[in-house]
Amino acid sequence: MDYLLTEEQIMIRDLARQIAVEKIVPVRAELDEQNKFPRDIMKSIAQADLYALFIPEAYGGLGKKSLELCIVVEELSKACLGVATTYASSALGTYPILLYGSEEQKKKFLPDVASGKSLVAFGLTEANAGSDASGIQTTAKLEGNEYVLNGTKQWITNGGEAELYTIIAITDKSKGPRGASAFIVEKGTPGFTFGKKENKMGIRASSTTELIFNNCRIPKENLISKQGMGFIIAMKTLDSSRTGVGAMGVGVAQGAIDESISFAKNRVQFGQPITSFQAIQHMFADMQTQTEAARALVYSVARFIDSGAKDFSRASAMAKLFGTDVSMKVTTDAVQIMGGSGYMKEYPAEKMMRDAKILQIFEGANQIQRNVIALDMVREATRAK
Amino acid sequence: MNIIVLVKQVPDTSEVKINRETNTLIRDGVPSIINPYDRYAIEEALRLREKHGGKVTAVTMGPPQAVEALKEAVSLGVDDVVLLSDRAFAGADTWATSYALSQGIRKIGDFDLVIAGKQAIDGDTAQVGPETADMLGIPFVAYIRKIEQVEGKKMVAERLMDEGYDVVETSLPALITVVKEINEPRVPSLKGKMKAKSLKVAAWSAADIGADENKIGLRGSPTQVVRIFPPSPRGQREILSGSVEEQVAHLAKKLKAQSLI
Ligand SMILES: Cc1cc2nc3c(=O)[nH]c(=O)nc-3n(C[C@H](O)[C@H](O)[C@H](O)COP(=O)(O)OP(=O)(O)OC[C@H]3O[C@@H](n4cnc5c(N)ncnc54)[C@H](O)[C@@H]3O)c2cc1C
Ligand SMILES: Cc1cc2nc3c(=O)[nH]c(=O)nc-3n(C[C@H](O)[C@H](O)[C@H](O)COP(=O)(O)OP(=O)(O)OC[C@H]3O[C@@H](n4cnc5c(N)ncnc54)[C@H](O)[C@@H]3O)c2cc1C
Repeated sequence: MDYLLTEEQIMIRDLARQIAVEKIVPVRAELDEQNKFPRDIMKSIAQADLYALFIPEAYGGLGKKSLELCIVVEELSKACLGVATTYASSALGTYPILLYGSEEQKKKFLPDVASGKSLVAFGLTEANAGSDASGIQTTAKLEGNEYVLNGTKQWITNGGEAELYTIIAITDKSKGPRGASAFIVEKGTPGFTFGKKENKMGIRASSTTELIFNNCRIPKENLISKQGMGFIIAMKTLDSSRTGVGAMGVGVAQGAIDESISFAKNRVQFGQPITSFQAIQHMFADMQTQTEAARALVYSVARFIDSGAKDFSRASAMAKLFGTDVSMKVTTDAVQIMGGSGYMKEYPAEKMMRDAKILQIFEGANQIQRNVIALDMVREATRAK
Repeated sequence: MNIIVLVKQVPDTSEVKINRETNTLIRDGVPSIINPYDRYAIEEALRLREKHGGKVTAVTMGPPQAVEALKEAVSLGVDDVVLLSDRAFAGADTWATSYALSQGIRKIGDFDLVIAGKQAIDGDTAQVGPETADMLGIPFVAYIRKIEQVEGKKMVAERLMDEGYDVVETSLPALITVVKEINEPRVPSLKGKMKAKSLKVAAWSAADIGADENKIGLRGSPTQVVRIFPPSPRGQREILSGSVEEQVAHLAKKLKAQSLI
């Protein structure tokens, strides 16, 4: 398939692929096994300007958009979803500043994101607020020229590793969903610490921790947009980043197909390569067709967003939903095709299958994506009446 | 610190096959790459620049298509490139190559350090580095695996030896060749790739570098190729591991089994 990428987009893809092949594939099993954060790889990604990719030129970036970001994320995900998550979460954490930050905030924070000096994290989820984000209990109180943060965020990707954290906290409980606000918190701010690093089923190269705020004082200039905008910022951020999660699904699915087919063509049973069995052939055909369909959807939605679309919640939810459901099915089938070898750590398929599972859960579980899509459909149907 | 890196474009030998009848390389359709050792040279130059400031210039002698190697160098971050390309350079052996390179380096002028690869993976002589240094009249240190310190007009570095390493101090400017232990080369940057894409390189001719026409190309090459042949393949080898005692026991058993002891 040719997606009519520009010469520049192909250059970006090739560069991401080079990083995947030269820097990620040789160490991915070790990172997974040892729960080890991929610091050297993040340095390579920074050196290659891939953090600059999604930052506007005015702030030291290259001003590229969703499609380019999806292309990079897809290539990294082919090699290791843990690494891709680390990279993509930095973009996720940056969106609140990109979308709603003031000129001063952009000038202050974005150049370091572009250079790779600052990794970023996005902190919304708490122990009692997962799918229902409105249940968050972390508070931010204005005292003079400072906001004082108290509370604990849970399962935050890049926790402990990031320099910058965009945090959603309650500023006015009485206002319900309009009572939350978004803030930028820098690592090292007194009163801001990290809980233990989670021991996960997959994406083990990525760091997931609690963020603990205990009378953490930040300058009031670190409020993003206005008080009360917290959930709107969070939702727009997730709308913008979800297509990228779809791209992660496409990447890991393709990675699993590539691994399993190169294994299968050499695996001989009953005197012939297992690729000569129609049952196996049809599995491959379905895996590739679904992955290609997911890729086409992800790229289309990314292009739609990049065209300047205002409302793309439904579209990006569909890209996330489909891309990630496909990835779970395809990685599972890849293990099946490889048989016992697929189940062994000597081959990357089992890791890909473990890794893929998170995609159906984070950045809004797929049930929630279905809610978003259906609600928008119903709303549209009602309006049309 | 101004650094010149010598970069050679070579066929990707991992893709090259040998014609068993003529004993020559089958180069058709084989992609060209930067000599792998030269990627370490570029990386080290970039790291020195990051530490000490200055400028990195990549130089190559080769046919017009060698510009691709220079573009790759730019995508990795070198500031400037020089392509020495002229029909008169064709057929150069290592001596004539080194002469042309040394003349090119003289024309660039202001430099503190020249870095070359240990050897090229096609020619494999490891002669160009030392010869070029000699022609420039500057010190030469081979097989650098670590640059410890650069201070003023002095550099301290570790030279890899068969057993261990030497610590060598040299005055600058100097020419060094590097081994793969020295660093892990970076991947290109996007900005670099974009710059490389639009890069126009004007080649320097023999006249441009004031080269003596009797010292370049085939005419300037004293080497006579009598016969080219691939080394005979090594026999079966086995590397023993474990404690010394285990290895000795294992070896003794093997030798006995073959009635050698
Ligand atoms: C590895 C990892 C990294 C993460 N990184 C981040 C991060 O960087 N930043 C951040 O803010 N959060 C992060 N999260 C949190 C993540 O976004 C949440 O886990 C996710 O939103 C789901 O919330 P939950 O786990 O509390 O599940 P719950 O909300 O408790 O859901 C449990 C199940 O119920 C279903 N369910 C819930 N509500 C409904 C409904 N209304 N209709 C139908 N089904 C429903 C869900 O789909 C799910 O299957 C991360 C989580 C993990 C595991
Ligand atoms: C016996 C012999 C006969 C040859 N005859 C011919 C011939 O007839 N026609 C022909 O075209 N070629 C010929 N060559 C090839 C040519 O001489 C060599 O490729 C060239 O001189 C470099 O030598 P090398 O490959 O051994 O490099 P080495 O000395 O192994 O290279 C060491 C380092 O020197 C630098 N370097 C080497 N060459 C260059 C370069 N061109 N530009 C920039 N930096 C460089 C690089 O940093 C490299 O890592 C011959 C080679 C040999 C050994």
